[in-house]
Amino acid sequence: MTLDRTAPARPAGPALDAPAAPRRVTPAQWASQSLTMAWRSLVQIKHNPSELLDLSIQPIMFVLLFTFVFGGAIYGSADAYLQFALGGLIAQNALFLTIYTATGLATDLQKGTFDRFRSLPIARSAPLSGRIMGDVVRQLWSLVVLLVVGVVLGFRITTSPVAVLAAFGLLVAFTLAFSWTSVLLGVLARDPEKVQIYGFTVLFPLTFASNAFAPTETMPGWLQAWVAINPVTRMADALRGLLVGGPVAANAVATLLWGVAFAAVFGPLAVWALRTRV
Amino acid sequence: MVSTRTDGHGRDSEISMTTVGPPCHRGGVPPAIEAEGLVKRFGATTALAGASLSAVEGTVLGVLGPNGAGKTTATRVLATLLAPDEGRALVGGYDVVAEPHRVRSLIGLTGQYAGVDEALTGTENLVLIARLLGQSRAASRRRAAELLDQFGLTEAAGRAARTYSGGMRRRLDLAASLVGRPRILFLDEPTTGLDPASRNELWDMVRSLVGDGVTVLLTTQYLDEADQLADDIVVIDRGTVVATGTPDDLKARAGAAVLQMRPAQPEQLAVVERVASELAGATPTVENGSVAVPAPDESLMPAVVRRLDDVGVRLAELTLRRATLDEVFLALTGHRAVEPTDDQTDLRETA
Ligand SMILES: Nc1ncnc2c1ncn2[C@@H]1O[C@H](COP(=O)(O)OP(=O)(O)OP(=O)(O)O)[C@@H](O)[C@H]1O
Ligand SMILES: [Mg+2]
Repeated sequence: MTLDRTAPARPAGPALDAPAAPRRVTPAQWASQSLTMAWRSLVQIKHNPSELLDLSIQPIMFVLLFTFVFGGAIYGSADAYLQFALGGLIAQNALFLTIYTATGLATDLQKGTFDRFRSLPIARSAPLSGRIMGDVVRQLWSLVVLLVVGVVLGFRITTSPVAVLAAFGLLVAFTLAFSWTSVLLGVLARDPEKVQIYGFTVLFPLTFASNAFAPTETMPGWLQAWVAINPVTRMADALRGLLVGGPVAANAVATLLWGVAFAAVFGPLAVWALRTRV
Repeated sequence: MVSTRTDGHGRDSEISMTTVGPPCHRGGVPPAIEAEGLVKRFGATTALAGASLSAVEGTVLGVLGPNGAGKTTATRVLATLLAPDEGRALVGGYDVVAEPHRVRSLIGLTGQYAGVDEALTGTENLVLIARLLGQSRAASRRRAAELLDQFGLTEAAGRAARTYSGGMRRRLDLAASLVGRPRILFLDEPTTGLDPASRNELWDMVRSLVGDGVTVLLTTQYLDEADQLADDIVVIDRGTVVATGTPDDLKARAGAAVLQMRPAQPEQLAVVERVASELAGATPTVENGSVAVPAPDESLMPAVVRRLDDVGVRLAELTLRRATLDEVFLALTGHRAVEPTDDQTDLRETA
């Protein structure tokens, strides 16, 4: 097939009367576009109230279930168990919530919404950064719900407000880094249902084979070896330290190193997947 | 303009559209869309095998082809969503690979699958796009209201798009692609799944946009649609352009009409086929006990009737109708268009 044309390659330039468009977006535009995307991600909650249930009722159920059903058996008393377990519950809940990033992305890819975004003159990363910003808000909401419910049930924060803020910070930092796994999952699965299946297949063992809900010493030796290094364990311990006292530094550093490792491995993979699979 | 097929599909392997001048230089204005030798492979599948096309500013270019022809792939390349493996494309004068951001500031895209966010209301969907394009909150609301009104969605404006019918969703999708007042609009099978009334409305909408000077590239599986809207048509099949021309050129090429005959006695099908072939000078297709043959002029029908009467064949059915896309394909490519896939059929049924 040849196009019957003798005209050689014409230098690229505006053929239409519109003024020449800029080549790329400015950082201010990027921020504004990301915030718009975050707004969109949060408005979705308004129209899908069941998501609020996920964000609130589910953590509450977990706290009630573990404290009153397993607490006595694991720790002798529900009260003492809550003091031990809330840090773990917060860590577990945070990891489960990262699934939102993956399901949201998969839905956008499946429905063609992502194509629409990519056809707009906006920053390529804005759909992603906006979604992640929205998911950070979800994380914080869920964290506040867990803390309030915990306190109502008798959880005592014995450290300072600064330590509590540090706990928020650590949680957000780790989940942001961990979100790259969700981005990769969302892009590869392209289907929110599959995301749920694959996601929880990984997240259940990761969160439950940790000391989030039961002390490491009660487990068989082969499991203890993994539990001791599991990022969920390290983050749960760091959160315990920041909320009720105990060693913080080593656990916080280990958590952040895990975060760096997740970002270093899954960040490039996710970017690659976004470039080639979308 | 010459298109050559090398896959050995019989007599029509070379198609010359000698009556057509190259559409790209009409009036000396550079084309709004211009693609040359686009190749895109997905693993073992070659979705585009060197497709070239061009659209004159302020006109509609219809890209006509069956399922899997490469329409969506071509649209995605031109809309900067997909980098071609070979070839190059200019949209609004900008290279889609080298300057995608500039291309994006000129185009609007309505993809084959509605790109609206189903969790958001109609208004929110449009405000989202307007805000992303840098408009103020107030201006975004105004633009959203204006478009919702234009597309007859004002009443549904506050409802989540999830609750919209297929046709409403498509209209919202089209509205979303117009928020930034694009100069060049890509519509990938915009009427698939629409009822005839909505389809006509959309056609009117496209005509009025073109009246405002917008260039539209529209893909379709329906000759009828291309006929209604397009100034120029590119027929693609298996990733290659098999014909280019105005709707009239293509219809002339395919045989404007088709004569369809069903013998009262099925055993006489072969006789009907032979007679049709002889008198029309073309190969008839036989399907479901009925013979169809291109009828280039009105003399064929009486001739066939007389001859069949002479040989004692009685017809249960005799119709002279417009050529279908399938038959245009047969005429242009020597093979039949691929049957629609199941989910495509579903889409149409849910219309
Ligand atoms: N992302 C992809 N991965 C693998 N194969 C693909 C991909 N996209 C398209 N293809 C293949 O490329 C060919 C052309 O597809 P395309 O979607 O462009 O066709 P189309 O003309 O739009 O068809 P339809 O009318 O069904 O929408 C098909 O064989 C299709 O299976
Ligand atoms: Mg398609």
